[in-house]
Amino acid sequence: MTKTLIPNEFLVKIDHIRCRRCKRCILNCGFGVLNFQDRIVADHSKCVACHRCATFCPEGAIWIERNPLCFKPNAHWTPESIKAIYKQAETGGVLLTGMGNDRPYVNYFDHLVLDACQVTNPSIDPLREPMELRTYLGSKPNSLQVETVETKEGSYALATRLSPQIKLETPIIFAGMSFGSISLPAHKALARAAHLSGTLMNTGEGGLHRELYPYSSNIIVQVASGRFGVNQEYLDRAAAIEIKIGQGAKPGIGGHLPGEKVNQEVSQTRMIPAGTDALSPAPHHDIYSIEDLSQLIYALKEATRYTKPVGVKISAVHNAAAIASGIARAGADFVYLDGFRGGTGAAPTIIRDHVGIPIEMAIAAVDDRLRQEGIRNQVSLIAAGGFRHSGDVAKAIALGADIVAIGTAALIAMGCRLCQKCYTGNCSWGIATQRPELVQRLDPEEATERLVNLLRGWSLELKEILGALGVNAVESLRGSRERLRGIGLNQVELEILGVKPAGR
Amino acid sequence: MKNFPRIPSGCSIVGIFNKQAKRFSGADILRAIRVMHDRSNGLGGGFAGYGIYPEYKDCYTFHLMYEGEASQHETEHFLEKHFIIERSEPIPTRPHPRISDVPILWRYFLRVKPRRVESFRGREGTASASSPQFCQVLEETTGEHCDERDFVVEQVILINRCINGAFVASSGKNMGVFKGVGYPEDIGEFYRIEEYEGYLWTGHGRFPTNTPGWWGGAHPFTILDWSVVHNGEISSYGINKRYLEMFGYHCTLQTDTEVIAYLFDLLHRRHGLPLQVACLALAPPFWKDLDGNAGAKGELAGALRQVYGSALLNGPFSIVVGYTGGVIGLTDRIKLRPLVCGERDNFLYLASEECAIREVCPAPDRVWAVKAGEPVIGQLEEGVQP
Repeated sequence: MTKTLIPNEFLVKIDHIRCRRCKRCILNCGFGVLNFQDRIVADHSKCVACHRCATFCPEGAIWIERNPLCFKPNAHWTPESIKAIYKQAETGGVLLTGMGNDRPYVNYFDHLVLDACQVTNPSIDPLREPMELRTYLGSKPNSLQVETVETKEGSYALATRLSPQIKLETPIIFAGMSFGSISLPAHKALARAAHLSGTLMNTGEGGLHRELYPYSSNIIVQVASGRFGVNQEYLDRAAAIEIKIGQGAKPGIGGHLPGEKVNQEVSQTRMIPAGTDALSPAPHHDIYSIEDLSQLIYALKEATRYTKPVGVKISAVHNAAAIASGIARAGADFVYLDGFRGGTGAAPTIIRDHVGIPIEMAIAAVDDRLRQEGIRNQVSLIAAGGFRHSGDVAKAIALGADIVAIGTAALIAMGCRLCQKCYTGNCSWGIATQRPELVQRLDPEEATERLVNLLRGWSLELKEILGALGVNAVESLRGSRERLRGIGLNQVELEILGVKPAGR
Repeated sequence: MKNFPRIPSGCSIVGIFNKQAKRFSGADILRAIRVMHDRSNGLGGGFAGYGIYPEYKDCYTFHLMYEGEASQHETEHFLEKHFIIERSEPIPTRPHPRISDVPILWRYFLRVKPRRVESFRGREGTASASSPQFCQVLEETTGEHCDERDFVVEQVILINRCINGAFVASSGKNMGVFKGVGYPEDIGEFYRIEEYEGYLWTGHGRFPTNTPGWWGGAHPFTILDWSVVHNGEISSYGINKRYLEMFGYHCTLQTDTEVIAYLFDLLHRRHGLPLQVACLALAPPFWKDLDGNAGAKGELAGALRQVYGSALLNGPFSIVVGYTGGVIGLTDRIKLRPLVCGERDNFLYLASEECAIREVCPAPDRVWAVKAGEPVIGQLEEGVQP
């Protein structure tokens, strides 16, 4: 057999003078890159640049470099496309990857800027004045009825009965990431952080481990095409239920959890045999049209006696607006839109990188469509897909999202280095793995604290942004595209986003 | 003219209301606004008077501003199609040394042609009047709601949106708006408002921060009998406007104040929320003040916030809102603009500054500063007909 033609992506550099041969790097590497043969020796071909070794070397004697090996420069045949062909020529398989789309498509968030107040409307100082981020997830009626009553505190009372609403203290929730794709400590940390921050985590399609039961009031449970872990108890242990149709990283295809990651715990939680690949089908086999979806929505509502919101998650695709409108009319309480930069534990690279549309466009199109039809109040709109900071969050809300969900950012908060190898199950950081020796590296307490801190930091920044905009409630930013301006966008893009160009 | 960017502004506002519907001359409101001269800069002033057309009190009175005869011709053609015009005449004015570039000012006393309302089918909850196709044909749309007032609202929005150079200053019954570019005291003299008698007057002096100098941009802003004078800037204008579009209100004037008039019309007239409750939606209490208030009021305020969050008026404002049955004074929930109230006998006074109240009522029984976000509502006493 000839040696592989695939060149190493990274080079592991070791300073053998500084190295004390403590072998900590060998222990830390989840990918088996390092070995001890008289001194530390690296198999460069296995390195994914997860930086675990470099972070934990007490001497700073190890670091990772991009392999400078040069293909002859070619603007069309990039090193990535050449290497992909080598891989497929050698394996004949579908190339897999983890995390979100990393291609250099236009990032519309980076072409939008926010407004601020000067003189005529004063900015508001969030350090001195109340600043409100509270958001309610759930379907709202178009209007309310009140009745006249004689009480000591007021003469009017609410006559309309609202459908179930979930109170969020910040408009940021955690995105769906399954137990199986990520470790139990990671799942627990997300649930605890959501609980401590007054927001929600989302189980993803992997079921709900019993250790998360205490956090039920902060959990969205997912019902995906594989129905993993779905039973009455699962539905009862949730604040809200989400039917997952699509995922931003892999629109139109199902879930992929390699058997390597299906250990005893995962197998029990998912209700599948240990060691088997958990492949959820591309479509739900009971949903082939919108009326089928409506049936499932109401089946879940019936099963939970109309006590919790039931929503639908779709990938942002070309006709997301029409689909979202159908979902709203099918009885959903929320629509969860996942843009093409949304992450994944495993997806075919070709799908991740080439299918779907930017979340910015999808939010704008869906919000517009629901307003044109006069049904915007009927659903809460959750947006997700690669939000990097509170600026992205604010812009998404201004475009029309009620709530944003963060997945990748939450993983990064727990230590993820975006090496994109989640599907291998070798995550050296103990996040996207089920190998016991790796899982135990993630301290759920510490991870919880880091997640709480992240939410707190972003929420404080959101308050600063609201204050600068001269408003003291997040609902005054929501859908207020007047407070956005576009830079470097063409007329059509501006029109779709519903924003004016900067300077106007 | 209608395509100017939004114009932020500072201002003076004032309202005088008699609960017995006793009519008094517009001279009072003129004196009250005059003492607040420094709060405006000569780029806008205006007044709304209620009860001023008793002989036509059942007619929708349209005050129109035209930039030229072509606009007038087109508008009158449009009006004739939809309304019976009981009377049509220029709005009386007197030449004034400090008022120039006057548009054609005309008023019409109108009744809706009955069959127009029957065939009116503006779809509830959709933005029928805002679709571009609608503009081209200027025809009735199709839909379900048949309220005569909905029909009038749609015609007003159509004229403002689609007829070039025509602008409806007011469209209510037995009320009218007199406004233009200039200091308010000059505008009042120009319109001879001392010659009218009404039971409710509101006034406005404007300090815009740029200079479009167009008459339609002056306050009050109106729809039907709602009129709003406003000091401040609605920082939530962007979402308030988009929210209103869902219900067929198209904001044509690019001025934040416009949304306030439409929101009162939507929340009170169309959704049936009592005024007190509508104000609770527009300037809601903070969550921290609602949490722990499990009573009926807390529940109502919380639900209003959830359902009407897009109607929340955020940013600095104090407003005086007039309508046939009375007057409302309201400020934003952290009171970034002033509003003072006074009472004497059957009169209720509202103004940016106390001096304006004392100018017309030197010894009020009571004077108080309005609390942030808490409405002051003056209503005609029971049984009193305007």
